[in-house]
Amino acid sequence: MTIAVADHVRDIPRSGIRDFFEIVQTMEDVISLGIGEPDFATPWHIREAAIYALERGRTGYTSNLGLPRLRRSISDYVRKQFALSYDPHSEILVSVGVSEAIDLTLRALLNPGDEVLYHEPCYVSYAPSIALAGGRARAIETSAKDDFRLTPESLEKAISPRSKVLMLNFPTNPTGATMSAEDLAKIAAVCVSHNLVVLTDEIYSELTFDDGSHSSIAACPGMKERTVLLHGVSKAFAMTGWRIGFACAPAELIEAMMKIHQYAILCAPIMGQDATIEALERGAESVAKMRREYEMRRNFIVAALNDMGLPCRKPLGSFYVFPDITASGLSSREFSMRLLNEEKVAVVPGTAFGPSGEGHVRCSFATSLPQIRLAMERLAGFAKRSRQIA
Amino acid sequence: MMPGLMDALIDLLQQNALMPRADMARLLDLTPENLESKIAKLESDGIILGYQAIINREMWDIDKVTAIIEVKITPERDGGFDRIASRIAKFEEVQSCYLVSGGYDLLIVIEASNLRNAAAFVAEKLSTIDAVQATATHFRLKTYKENGAFHQIESAAERLSVSP
Repeated sequence: MTIAVADHVRDIPRSGIRDFFEIVQTMEDVISLGIGEPDFATPWHIREAAIYALERGRTGYTSNLGLPRLRRSISDYVRKQFALSYDPHSEILVSVGVSEAIDLTLRALLNPGDEVLYHEPCYVSYAPSIALAGGRARAIETSAKDDFRLTPESLEKAISPRSKVLMLNFPTNPTGATMSAEDLAKIAAVCVSHNLVVLTDEIYSELTFDDGSHSSIAACPGMKERTVLLHGVSKAFAMTGWRIGFACAPAELIEAMMKIHQYAILCAPIMGQDATIEALERGAESVAKMRREYEMRRNFIVAALNDMGLPCRKPLGSFYVFPDITASGLSSREFSMRLLNEEKVAVVPGTAFGPSGEGHVRCSFATSLPQIRLAMERLAGFAKRSRQIA
Repeated sequence: MMPGLMDALIDLLQQNALMPRADMARLLDLTPENLESKIAKLESDGIILGYQAIINREMWDIDKVTAIIEVKITPERDGGFDRIASRIAKFEEVQSCYLVSGGYDLLIVIEASNLRNAAAFVAEKLSTIDAVQATATHFRLKTYKENGAFHQIESAAERLSVSP
């Protein structure tokens, strides 16, 4: 018997990153700059707090919204980090990573055919999550000339009568783009005038460099009431495998998201929740240390790329650089495939993050310095050869 | 210039003083000349006192003995602990010497080529100093971590080779 998969699932294309991953898997001694997670293990004090909680037998379900103690920690943390105040009882939901929170938000908001706008290149899950929630995905291209920021003009142009939600992700995976408070205020004004709900994925918000502090669009006038702020501990606290994210939003939306979450997931794992309390309350120093390490690696990788003739902006956030590879005369997919085959260095083709990523590749600097150094040596050789051919 | 630049530079040198200077300059976003002059200044100001290798004693010179010794001393009317501490510190066996709070006064770390020499140092040199009232010697049995370096390398956890 052939099992007929639901049409809307069948129609979702395979992730470009997964394709690439499967090729890399078959090869040995590859240096990968394709990894979107920290190379640090979770700081020891956080792991130790989780062990302690396990030893005390904390292994049960938690409240659907998450441990009350954790929601209070989140509320305090968000007040400090984003200057925003959310009620721990009704305006915060603990999810299984930001990914689940994105799904919950979209499913709670969308009626069939509602349109969701998002800036591209972007994280690979956005368009499929929108489709799975019954919405229509509408990408807004961003480009290197604007430093991959979303401009109010391009947003305005993309809005249609069906537009309901705008998804934002600054600092951006894969481009490392950031938006200043002034940039965000202009976007906020467009959202208010067109009555858009904003879903803002700020998972990289602690990882901003050069003293550039992070601003959330939720803090702009008139925005908190229409914004779902998503954050989590995966990136800044090196806790990807714990799968803990959270959503901060108006109570009626959290209530709707909770309805889906309680039936689909019940609650996020308690071990991760206990670890997250430790992370949020006492992890600032660990985060600062890792941030400085990322900042130094960023300096290194940007200098190396520019030296070899692959123009690369210095990103102010995230742990990705998104160099321009058009000088090679290759498409971003050809570039990545040949680099992998000839030099055993894995980078992710920009087009994995949407068609507007063409001409770029994503290199992660969440990799140890010796590995980055070696990758840059191999990449320099490759860039030189491909330029001669081009 | 990056924020906390000097802290970052000192941490890099503490982690690995042998890191190629060209790499270090790139990490810190400095020119090589600028980096060299900053390091030279740290050295000439006496902020950096030296650079050392961390040896795994399980694998090299295994007979060498390390001992941690608590020393109780009688302070002097002029100079307190300083003169006697520096007298003890000058012995070649003494690797580190700290004035500490608590039940005793000096905490010293000694290294000797074998157990006999370590015992001789305590019995003949250290204990015979007039100001030394008492000593308690703890011999090192095994090292787990030294100067920030682990003696057994934790194997790196496996990461996916490409992830979104």
